[in-house]
Amino acid sequence: MTTIEIPPGMPQYGDVPRYDVAAVRADFPILDREVNGHRLVYLDSANTSHKPRQVLDVLAEHYARHNANVSRSVHTLGTEATEAYEGARAKVAAFINAPSPDEVVFTKNSTEAINIVAYAFSNASLRPDADPRFRLGPGDEVVISEMEHHSNIVPWQLLCERTGATLRWFPVTDSGRLDESGLDDLVTERTKIVSLVHMSNILGTVNATARITERVRQVGALLLLDCSQSVPHLPMDVVDYDADFIVFTGHKMCGPTGIGVLWGRAELLAAMPPVFGGGSMIETVQMSGSTYAAPPARFEAGTPPIAEAVALGAAVDYLSGIGMRAIQWHEKELTAYALDALATVPGLRIFGPTVPVGRGGTISFALGDVHPHDVGQVLDSLGVQVRVGHHCARPVCTRFGVPATTRASFYLYTTTEEIDALVAGLEQVRKVFG
Amino acid sequence: MQLDQLYQEIILDHYKHPHGRGLRDAADPAARTAEAHHVNPTCGDEVTVRVATDGTVLTDISYDGMGCSISQASASVLHELLNGRGAGEAFAVHEAFVELMSGRGQVTPDEDVLGDGVAFAGVARYPARVKCALLPWMAFKDAAARAGVGVSPEVKA
Repeated sequence: MTTIEIPPGMPQYGDVPRYDVAAVRADFPILDREVNGHRLVYLDSANTSHKPRQVLDVLAEHYARHNANVSRSVHTLGTEATEAYEGARAKVAAFINAPSPDEVVFTKNSTEAINIVAYAFSNASLRPDADPRFRLGPGDEVVISEMEHHSNIVPWQLLCERTGATLRWFPVTDSGRLDESGLDDLVTERTKIVSLVHMSNILGTVNATARITERVRQVGALLLLDCSQSVPHLPMDVVDYDADFIVFTGHKMCGPTGIGVLWGRAELLAAMPPVFGGGSMIETVQMSGSTYAAPPARFEAGTPPIAEAVALGAAVDYLSGIGMRAIQWHEKELTAYALDALATVPGLRIFGPTVPVGRGGTISFALGDVHPHDVGQVLDSLGVQVRVGHHCARPVCTRFGVPATTRASFYLYTTTEEIDALVAGLEQVRKVFG
Repeated sequence: MQLDQLYQEIILDHYKHPHGRGLRDAADPAARTAEAHHVNPTCGDEVTVRVATDGTVLTDISYDGMGCSISQASASVLHELLNGRGAGEAFAVHEAFVELMSGRGQVTPDEDVLGDGVAFAGVARYPARVKCALLPWMAFKDAAARAGVGVSPEVKA
């Protein structure tokens, strides 16, 4: 890594918050295990992260001591469960600097969160009295990008099919950045919503959103940021980002699976029709028709993933305890180290930014013409766990002319030794397939 | 698990030097030809298998594709084993290969039937890779059916 002398008076490297990575690793029981006779080297945190004991304990403790349904019981256990569930909502809200916990809707994952917004558009489009910002028809446009995960493509394709609206997208540059050169032609008065990935799960690119937000405000559209890959890795402030909606998922940020978040501005959530109908989301029900609860309950029909939400609250506590700024910096250093190390591997081509600026710790690459499946298999035999395939972002693979890539992704517990193990493993791949 | 159980020399050899690769028109214009294109949606591997037949003999099996060593070597082995064979014989081999791949490493392959296909015995121990090995065989089955020759029993992969 190149180190540049910073002039006195400017913030120095030493001023950056840091933490003890070895101590953090000791919190994650799974990091002790072996895989195929080798120490586990887990480089797949963009897929799902591991969980610290602090989160696992809260999950077990909830079921062991406080289990009951929420928002409907007067008994003690029900009250404890409700307090824990709503307490988790408040923790998540604070974590992203949401003005109110009521702006946090618990969902199953990011995919469900995006679908709730898409279906709210769909349902509003069928009702003439609905808020016009959510009504879509022929001539209206939805804007996404070529670097989206399938979960931020397919729901909008389906919405456009149902409403007759048109789907448009930002292209991606050769270096894996969002191509904003056509911004003013792409985002226009016809645009109803721009739904954009904050950090690409395949290229690692972190999109600068300020210009896009400004344009979205100019034309009166809405902005959704898919923060599945960013909220786990960097400080998020929904007020500062000036988004209308963000989505993220618990299992990528040290929490359990089955719990995700839709954050929306209170005023917008209030204007959205419900998507799932059932218990908990109603105000009153009569056989002739029903009225609906205020958000967030309006979008949480049925018994929610209670223990998972509580454990997500514990994950948020855990991450906040270490500090998101420190985690972001740790991963920035790892990324710089990894980009340099991977550059030494003959025949290796990186897809996405090759400098550790405007990108996170997720690096996709090709190794000569060895198929990623084969790369991943050889690495697995050495205990190195990477993801191979199209990463649910097939348009990106098409854009770069490959059927699949190999992807290494880092988190707060990743070490430079693990990146060395990856590089050594790639040498082994070259031996087998050379 | 030992990596060389998966990547046997025979598999790497077929991968690096594939037999019969490339889609071909049938030599006999009267032959019935059909093809099938199969994709593994989890990894994007693709293969197209084309079958030419006079109704009893598979006069040519040609293929093209892109993918991992296992899927591409498997297509090469398929070509070597089935090309020019009678349809009945070919489907017996097909059935044996599918049985081997579905056997989770518990099936002992018969080299007289499967030839180089026995090298895939190790692949059956890697559930994530069984689909790779079967991809060209499933495409072959569809192509053969479209060309009007018999089909082996349904596969539970």
